[in-house]
Amino acid sequence: MTARFRFRQPSVIPGFGLTFGFTLAYFSIIILIPLIALVLRASGIGFEGFWKAATDARVLASLRTSFVTALFAAAINVVFGTLIAWVLVRYRFPGRRIFDAMVDLPFALPTAVAGIALTAIYAPNGFVGQLVAPLGWRIAYTPVGIVIAMIFIGLPFVVRTIQPILEETSREVEEASATLGASRFQTISRVLLPSLTPAILTGFALAFARAVGEYGSVIFIAGNIPFVSEIAPLLIVIRLEEFNYTGAAVIATVMLLISFVMLFVINLIQAWSRRRYGYGS
Amino acid sequence: MDVRVDHVRKEFDRFPALHDVSLDIHSGELIALLGPSGSGKTTLLRLIAGLERPTAGKIFFGDEDASEKSVQERNIGFVFQHYALFRHMTILENVSFGLKVRPRSSRPAAGEIRKRAMELLDLVQLSGLEKRYPNQLSGGQRQRVALARALAIEPRVLLLDEPFGALDAQVRRDLRKWLREIHDRTGHTTVFVTHDQEEALELADRLCVMSQGRIEQVGSPDSVYDTPTSPFVFGFIGESSELPVNVDKGDIWLGDRPIGISSPEASGAARLFFRPHDIELVDNGAGLAGVVATSRRVGGTRRVELDIGGAGHRVEIDLPFDHPAGERTQIAFRPKRWTLFPPA
Repeated sequence: MTARFRFRQPSVIPGFGLTFGFTLAYFSIIILIPLIALVLRASGIGFEGFWKAATDARVLASLRTSFVTALFAAAINVVFGTLIAWVLVRYRFPGRRIFDAMVDLPFALPTAVAGIALTAIYAPNGFVGQLVAPLGWRIAYTPVGIVIAMIFIGLPFVVRTIQPILEETSREVEEASATLGASRFQTISRVLLPSLTPAILTGFALAFARAVGEYGSVIFIAGNIPFVSEIAPLLIVIRLEEFNYTGAAVIATVMLLISFVMLFVINLIQAWSRRRYGYGS
Repeated sequence: MDVRVDHVRKEFDRFPALHDVSLDIHSGELIALLGPSGSGKTTLLRLIAGLERPTAGKIFFGDEDASEKSVQERNIGFVFQHYALFRHMTILENVSFGLKVRPRSSRPAAGEIRKRAMELLDLVQLSGLEKRYPNQLSGGQRQRVALARALAIEPRVLLLDEPFGALDAQVRRDLRKWLREIHDRTGHTTVFVTHDQEEALELADRLCVMSQGRIEQVGSPDSVYDTPTSPFVFGFIGESSELPVNVDKGDIWLGDRPIGISSPEASGAARLFFRPHDIELVDNGAGLAGVVATSRRVGGTRRVELDIGGAGHRVEIDLPFDHPAGERTQIAFRPKRWTLFPPA
């Protein structure tokens, strides 16, 4: 077949040139040029300098804090987000719509508000903090606090990715599994969860990416102790306040690279699930 | 396996879906539960499967009371209207599923499971597609996979819920014939639900016609079609026309005119039912005279709607397609086969 590539597809709606040009310009101004500027700025100090700045002990510690806490938060979100999605899809109870709407609250709430609210509860003199203080546990001002803030902001991503797939999975599939002799446990572990796997992985990746980049809510509850509870985005701000713009750009570039890799992984998961199951989120 | 439904009642939130239904299903037969939507036919099927529990009454598999048994214990094959295949499994994995989830003690070896699944795929004419995923198959193919999957567990009873409802007409006809062949070859006791009377008449050994949560009539397709026992069945199975008549000394009258047929039944008002093709034209003598309202060609016959008398009764009759009946023509006929029911 000699299908010739045609740049302009015939269409009933005119204006391809205009809209495509606008898209390109917009994309460049908003995303591409700033990112290139960031990388250029960071590369201004040469590879040696870049490597030295990027592997600085405090930078590495902050990156580790960011990624490890985000990993924990995303993992916890996957478990409970799946549960919440299940309850919202499968059961009809009074107030279901309100709960459903509340899932989106972390999307809408200014993150600083979330940070203050969480800190008020989890600080050693706060409502929950008081309860665990006698056990010698501290939540706020430790990585545990960071994880809690990240769980809060990442939850909607997991719920909203799994919900539509769960709605699409008919009760009939579970009934079919039962008629074939599968126990409830087998139906969940062999039929239900595997069919949700792509959505769960996507939700995980999204929640993880969001948690890594979170700033506002985390800095209130984290305590920001260097080498313990200092996250990478905060270190960027600190570098900026020291007028060390290149140092800030280096950390930013490292985070940019990691984000790119993760975006790539999310896309791979989605492409794989679409190919295999004919759907994707 | 004989299945006996014994005085079963089912309510959903106090709303009765089945009233005191009893039905004997014979071993090895293919029986259709036929009725309009809301007649309770799917509820009855799900009760047999164990997907619902009866509010009252019992269900027997052979001599064994299955009412309290779970779906898993009943060992039935169930085919859903929308296939309900496991989309994350290949076709082979779908068909093997029922054997793979068996407890270790009764589970065949992996090689044996694979062999059985391949044989079933061969039976449903899908060999070579075992590595595909459900979304890569057409609707008809998916339904055949669903059937193979249900057969894999060697079910005592095969239950099908509107199995061809989601397919287009041509595929539906093919699958119908093919299901009959599979049934004849495997001999499973099979119950299927449909609202399509043509499908039921063509496929089933016996029909169970249902309406509003009750069984109206059970019998062979011929007996149900030829001797309907209620106005509902007459109207639901096949086409029919209805006229309010009077029986007087054996003669049947429409208004003030005898219509040339007689009945031994007691005098009084009655409802006359007949089918469009069970009529004969009369040139002179008593008959039903009407004026052609519409006339259209349906395949090899001409379907004519007649206005009878002045009271606005309208009936349908079939004429040879080359009959010269035009609009406003006067036509007189007599039903050849008909049934009287008491007035509603």
